[in-house]
Amino acid sequence: MKKLNKTTKSNFITYAIVILAFIICQSLISAGSMTRSLKGQLVPICVYIVMAVSLNLTVGISGELSLGHAGFMSVGAFAGIVFSAWAQAALGIENTIVRLLLCMVIGGIFAGIAGVLIGIPVLRLRGDYLAIVTLAFGEIIRNVFNCLYISLIPGSVQYVADAANPEVFTKTQVLDRLNIAFNTTPNADWNIIVNGPAGATGVTKIATFTVGFALILFTLVVVLNLINSRSGRAIMAIRDNRIAAESMGINVTKYKMMAFVTSAVLAGMAGALYGLNYSTVTASKFKFDTSITVLVFVVLGGIGNIRGSIIAATLLTVLPEMLRAFSDYRMLIYAIVLIVVMLATNSPQIRQLVERIIPKRRKAGKEGEAA
Amino acid sequence: MTLFLSYLINGISLGSVYAIIALGYTMVYGIAKMLNFAHGDVIMIGAYISFCATQYMGMPAIVSVLMAMAVCTVLGIVIEGLAYRPLRQAASLAVLITAIGVSYFLQNMALLIWGANPKSFSSVFDVGSISLFSGKLLISSETILTVLANIVIMIALTLFTGKTKIGKAMRAVSEDKGAAELMGINVNATISMTFAIGSALAAIAGVLLCSAYPTLQPTTGSMPGIKAFTAAVFGGIGSIPGAMIGGLLLGVIEILGKAYVSTELGDAFVFAVLIVVLLVKPTGLLGKQVHEKV
Repeated sequence: MKKLNKTTKSNFITYAIVILAFIICQSLISAGSMTRSLKGQLVPICVYIVMAVSLNLTVGISGELSLGHAGFMSVGAFAGIVFSAWAQAALGIENTIVRLLLCMVIGGIFAGIAGVLIGIPVLRLRGDYLAIVTLAFGEIIRNVFNCLYISLIPGSVQYVADAANPEVFTKTQVLDRLNIAFNTTPNADWNIIVNGPAGATGVTKIATFTVGFALILFTLVVVLNLINSRSGRAIMAIRDNRIAAESMGINVTKYKMMAFVTSAVLAGMAGALYGLNYSTVTASKFKFDTSITVLVFVVLGGIGNIRGSIIAATLLTVLPEMLRAFSDYRMLIYAIVLIVVMLATNSPQIRQLVERIIPKRRKAGKEGEAA
Repeated sequence: MTLFLSYLINGISLGSVYAIIALGYTMVYGIAKMLNFAHGDVIMIGAYISFCATQYMGMPAIVSVLMAMAVCTVLGIVIEGLAYRPLRQAASLAVLITAIGVSYFLQNMALLIWGANPKSFSSVFDVGSISLFSGKLLISSETILTVLANIVIMIALTLFTGKTKIGKAMRAVSEDKGAAELMGINVNATISMTFAIGSALAAIAGVLLCSAYPTLQPTTGSMPGIKAFTAAVFGGIGSIPGAMIGGLLLGVIEILGKAYVSTELGDAFVFAVLIVVLLVKPTGLLGKQVHEKV
């Protein structure tokens, strides 16, 4: 272990925590000592961890406040749901794990495309403007999904008469096709997958905890390796001082885009997992509130701290479930914690006060400053 | 034609409300350089106060509006003092997240106090309506009042920032905080004053908004708040006439988009306009170009 440098060691600890948590959960499940409600929370926890880590890439590492992360999640979710239904009907992929993995890839690709489309205009803006435009995109995506009707036209076997020889019919298999309509209700004979404001109904739930765990590991590998690469250092240099980074020959747009699109792809994959974990998914599940919830995970875990995001996402998804009795006050407590954490870590006066009361905290305060 | 006119009038009415909210946003952004996300929720609080005053205490309309203004002014000053002032030197990300926290706090406080059930807000200014074209075109008193209020507020604010000592101090602080302090301007008091004015305007906007769209619930303020910020950016943030023009245009675009294209996509139009404006002219319609210094 001596040869490993500090970041490698820290990354190993992160992986170890995740793997350990997975093993504990699995053994609890097989021992039958996990409650039903907690078992139902396992996939959402995985989803929120991936969401938080990927948002942390944008907010913490790239330093751009994105308020539309749930938008990418919804793109991934709907793409995944539609692909799952189509793959099952047209391609006959019955193996759920294969289908789930393919759906996540498709979800990631679609969210990545959305990320590129959104990133081109958005990353030209700075600071608060960027935040408000990502928010606007999140709302636009949600509005568009509210008007989207996607249905599956069942495939059929057709016999087409040969032109030269009318007696001979050639058999052609017409695959199931997707019909995408905007603002108009589709033909009732088709299998409706996404039904406008009613959302996707009758989704086959194929998401599993193991795949969720694999997605977390994948996310960690991507994000941690990106941070510790040459590109990652360029991204952080842009965050710390854009002008200085630019004058060192760093291509600002390219690296900002890299962080933004990676984050979008991961959010899309998480979205696909999330969408396939419920039988009904509506666009209203991906409201502005969802983006904010994920942002709260990132902020409470520590902006730029990947391990912190994982822990915060887990605790804050499990806690509300346990605090059912206080559910009225849940969001209020959320809000207060958010404000207090921001004040405590960013206000010079409060930090001085804390240092005066607890002199030992000095080091922690300085670390907070560095982060 | 009359249908189009009535949509246009609805748009102007909604746009006037956006303009009043946007004025609060733009003043605060101009002076404190922060996006006050909680502004939309101050609107909601103002509407609730007015609702309670008329409904439970039987106050006359004008008194209820004054009460709402008073409460929101105090609220604005308290929010600024407790949540934003300690972060004056902090990164803009920290301030923005704090503002989101404040917004959530206000929403959930309202949820606890008034409950989640929508309250039906009875218009406080119901004095009949004007009918034109032999009854084909109806202009309600709320519409007229909203537009009038918008014009009065706009003129008053322009005079206030241009002529009075406090107004000049505000402009000085928004230009350069350090230099303003050296000139003997109390920067903190000036920023508090800005928040107070912005919040009082938010109270008026809340009452006007709920008179036109009479469902009141804890989330009432958030969407109009975001759209009003869009309006402020559209018109050029920091500019008072810009906020007015941006608000009016946005209101008209929203109503016409909803009427002629798609009801569901009305909001999407508003945000699409914002994105296009920011791409073509990042400073907004009337915004000033700020050169970046190294």
